[in-house]
Amino acid sequence: MVKITVDDRELEVEEHLTVLEACIQNGIFIPNLCFLKTRHHPHASCRLCFVSIEGYDRPVTSCTERVRDGMVVKTNTPEVRALQKSAFKLLMSLHPCHPKICPTEKPCLLMRIAKHIGVGLNPKPLEHIDRGLPDLVDFGPLYYVPNRCVLCAKCIHTCRTINQMPLLTFAKRGIMTMVAYFDGEQNTSICANCNACVDVCPVAALLPKSAFTSSVESRKA
Amino acid sequence: MGEGRKDIEDRYKALKNKVQEELEKEKGDGIPTIRVTMSTCARAAGAEETQKVIEDTVASLDVTARVIPVGCLGHCYAEPLIIVEHPQTGFPPICYHSVNAGKARLIVQSYIKDADPAFEYVMGAMEDNELIPPVTTFPRFGFEERIVMAHCGRINPWDIREYIALGGYSALVKALTLEPEVIIDEVERSGLRGRGGAGFPAGRKWRLGRTQKADRKVVICNADEGDPGAYMDRTIIESNPHQLLEGIAICAYAVGADTAIIYVRAEYPLAVKTIGHAIKEAETYGFLGNNILGSDFSLSVRIFQGSGAFVCGEETALIQSIEGRRGMPQHRPPYPVERGVWGRPTIVNNVKTLSYVPSIINQGADWFRSIGTEKSPGTAIFSIVGNVKHPGLVEIAMGTTLRTLIFDICGGIANKKAFKAVQIGGPSGGCLSDAFLDTPIDFDSLTQAGAMMGSGGMVVMDEDSCMVDVARYFLDFTQKESCGKCTFCRIGTKHLLDILDRITKGEGQEEDLTILENLARDIKQGSLCGLGKTAPNPVITSLRYFFDEYVAHVREKRCPALKCRSLTAYYIDLDKCARGCEACVGSCPVEAIFTTKGRKKAIDQSKCVKCGECMTACPKEYDAVRKVSPPSLAPIIERPHEEKVKEGA
Ligand SMILES: Cc1cc2nc3c(=O)[nH]c(=O)nc-3n(C[C@H](O)[C@H](O)[C@H](O)COP(=O)(O)O)c2cc1C
Ligand code: SF4
Ligand code: SF4
Ligand code: SF4
Ligand code: SF4
Ligand code: FES
Repeated sequence: MVKITVDDRELEVEEHLTVLEACIQNGIFIPNLCFLKTRHHPHASCRLCFVSIEGYDRPVTSCTERVRDGMVVKTNTPEVRALQKSAFKLLMSLHPCHPKICPTEKPCLLMRIAKHIGVGLNPKPLEHIDRGLPDLVDFGPLYYVPNRCVLCAKCIHTCRTINQMPLLTFAKRGIMTMVAYFDGEQNTSICANCNACVDVCPVAALLPKSAFTSSVESRKA
Repeated sequence: MGEGRKDIEDRYKALKNKVQEELEKEKGDGIPTIRVTMSTCARAAGAEETQKVIEDTVASLDVTARVIPVGCLGHCYAEPLIIVEHPQTGFPPICYHSVNAGKARLIVQSYIKDADPAFEYVMGAMEDNELIPPVTTFPRFGFEERIVMAHCGRINPWDIREYIALGGYSALVKALTLEPEVIIDEVERSGLRGRGGAGFPAGRKWRLGRTQKADRKVVICNADEGDPGAYMDRTIIESNPHQLLEGIAICAYAVGADTAIIYVRAEYPLAVKTIGHAIKEAETYGFLGNNILGSDFSLSVRIFQGSGAFVCGEETALIQSIEGRRGMPQHRPPYPVERGVWGRPTIVNNVKTLSYVPSIINQGADWFRSIGTEKSPGTAIFSIVGNVKHPGLVEIAMGTTLRTLIFDICGGIANKKAFKAVQIGGPSGGCLSDAFLDTPIDFDSLTQAGAMMGSGGMVVMDEDSCMVDVARYFLDFTQKESCGKCTFCRIGTKHLLDILDRITKGEGQEEDLTILENLARDIKQGSLCGLGKTAPNPVITSLRYFFDEYVAHVREKRCPALKCRSLTAYYIDLDKCARGCEACVGSCPVEAIFTTKGRKKAIDQSKCVKCGECMTACPKEYDAVRKVSPPSLAPIIERPHEEKVKEGA
């Protein structure tokens, strides 16, 4: 066990933990979208979990930093908040927020983060970017909603853990990067009884077709 | 080591003697040798045809001459180059430039057959002599200081014997007789810094590699070279592959690796072929493979062909790609040197970094430190492109100023234009203004100025370049090459690009400038890997050093360099336009030019697509077409009524 101080609170935590895990375990919320306990190596792609640590000249991602005895962490300095707000607005410039039709349980993780860091759900002053992507992409027994996806890769990792070779992968580059599905009869039948990726997706970008029909209907209505 | 050491040295000496004898014999009794540059750059300039014509002419004239391919001399503006040795004439080896098929025929006829060196085509002699001014009197040759490129363009990259005859692989022989720690000490003392971008001390990386406890370790030579316009690594491989292989072998011996992988992009077919051939030759001669030169050190070297994503040059993405995964950077630590390819400790070094190693082992750390600056010893290798008179590859001592490089070595700005900016460090380097011309070229000075050494790409721009447009161009590249993993780089660079796009179209708002500045700063701080951390550099530096230009675009809708299409217009100066001249009319692809009442010409602004053809077509003595910004400066001239009616009919 090591002692660390987070926002003036002293914590005693297990020493192999990352700062993010240590904080979560102690009820201290740090915005995060891509952290997954089961990952050996942090994906570190959402860039929301910044904290400032004494001795570092700039904020660092807390999911990649291991606790050390005597570490002094601050989760809400102006520099940390500035980066978090910036990253969040970037995500919201692609993610259309339609609370009425979004099947996430409210408040969704994005709402929670927005409230925590004190911003709205719009990307202002950034413009919304329309990438011209389809609303829905067919993933065998699932639908993928590319505009909702925040590319946290939790789905890919989870699927890899279950099936050794993931049936999901990243495709394309840059702003067009998306999750893609290795289609095929065998895969379709594996997925039909699984849905693990659906459960782990933080923004309802993956949905079983059956569940989705109703929300599409409700949008049409 | 006693016994084994002598064995290795003796074996090498015998080999070198044998090779030198063979080469002497092939040279025969004064047979002329014609060396033709055959690197990718020379081939693009027609070297293959030149070679063929030389061979055909030699055959048809019934003379004897050996035609030998060599790599790149670095003078890409003068390619194809040939170097002719004709011992019987008493002339030194002579270099000829821009040798097209016609020139090639004449040179063979005049020099090889008639012993007259055809002085009108001579660039210079390759040695000091009394007869022909040597190329070293050219500022380009004179200012350069070559270590890595010393033999480039002079030896046959397809014949290991030429490298051995010059003492090649003697550094490996020396290394094999030393303890690995001694080699690492030497490399560390030399101060050699990685030439792939970040400038990390090579010796320190090797020591970290050495101390890793693992049965198997890997050396990776990074030859991904994804920067547009940069081609140093390709050229070095194509021109002197054995120097690189020797460096790789020394590194592997020092860190304790048994495998080396050369990661070359598949778009470099000639480099792939050259290095593949060199590996086979080196194995045949016992410099690679099992029990190298009879020692107990073995190394297998293989080539991995990358598929050409810029981000795959980043070491963790490169390793993912070798493992057969999507090339996406990973958070470090663990660093590759702790856990790299297939989980093994992996030492990743750039082509240039490794190519310095043989010279350092042979000539010592103090010699290396005597070149360059205190913190950046050795030389810098740049590929210089853009608006300079003599673009090409240059190797100069670190600490040389940008001014010397651009004006003395590369001949200054082409077409009598003025210097505007230089972009250093590849697509994510910075744009520096003339205020920085006296900056010494070294890792720290460039970083301090907001640019970076990068892997050595340099683009020189003249007064006609719009800095907003230049920033937009580079962001377009980095944005497309972002691996898409992390938020700042994937989405942030797209916003930067969109805003720059708007500004160049004259749709920029005042607040866009603040957004650009803040977003660029956040992307730099917040991104996961080096691509995102450096991608905003062109924006940050152009905002810092060319802020006026941004302001002109946003507030006055004016492009000071007259570059941005939406912000410029062409018109015809009626005072200069010659009555009856029709030169521009036919050149216009959209029939925007009409005849005025005074029988002069004018441009219908609603039709003009701003291609600039009319400006080129207008005869020099009239010079009547003008380009202005903002477009409102172009006088509006009504089409005469009759013509409109005619058109309508
Ligand atoms: C986006 C990106 C692209 C890179 N491309 C290259 C490259 O093409 N060649 C290279 O040697 N290093 C490249 N690097 C640097 C490598 O990650 C690594 O630092 C280098 O190969 C280490 O070798 P060195 O120490 O000899 O410089 C790149 C880094 C980044 C972030
Ligand atoms: S449903 Fe299961 S098997 Fe199918 S993609 Fe998702 S995690 Fe993989
Ligand atoms: S689909 Fe969901 S879980 Fe998968 S990457 Fe996108 S947001 Fe993450
Ligand atoms: S900074 Fe860009 S290239 Fe690097 S991991 Fe993030 S998205 Fe990928
Ligand atoms: S700029 Fe091009 S389109 Fe415009 S008038 Fe001249 S030739 Fe025609
Ligand atoms: S949770 Fe740390 S970067 Fe996403």
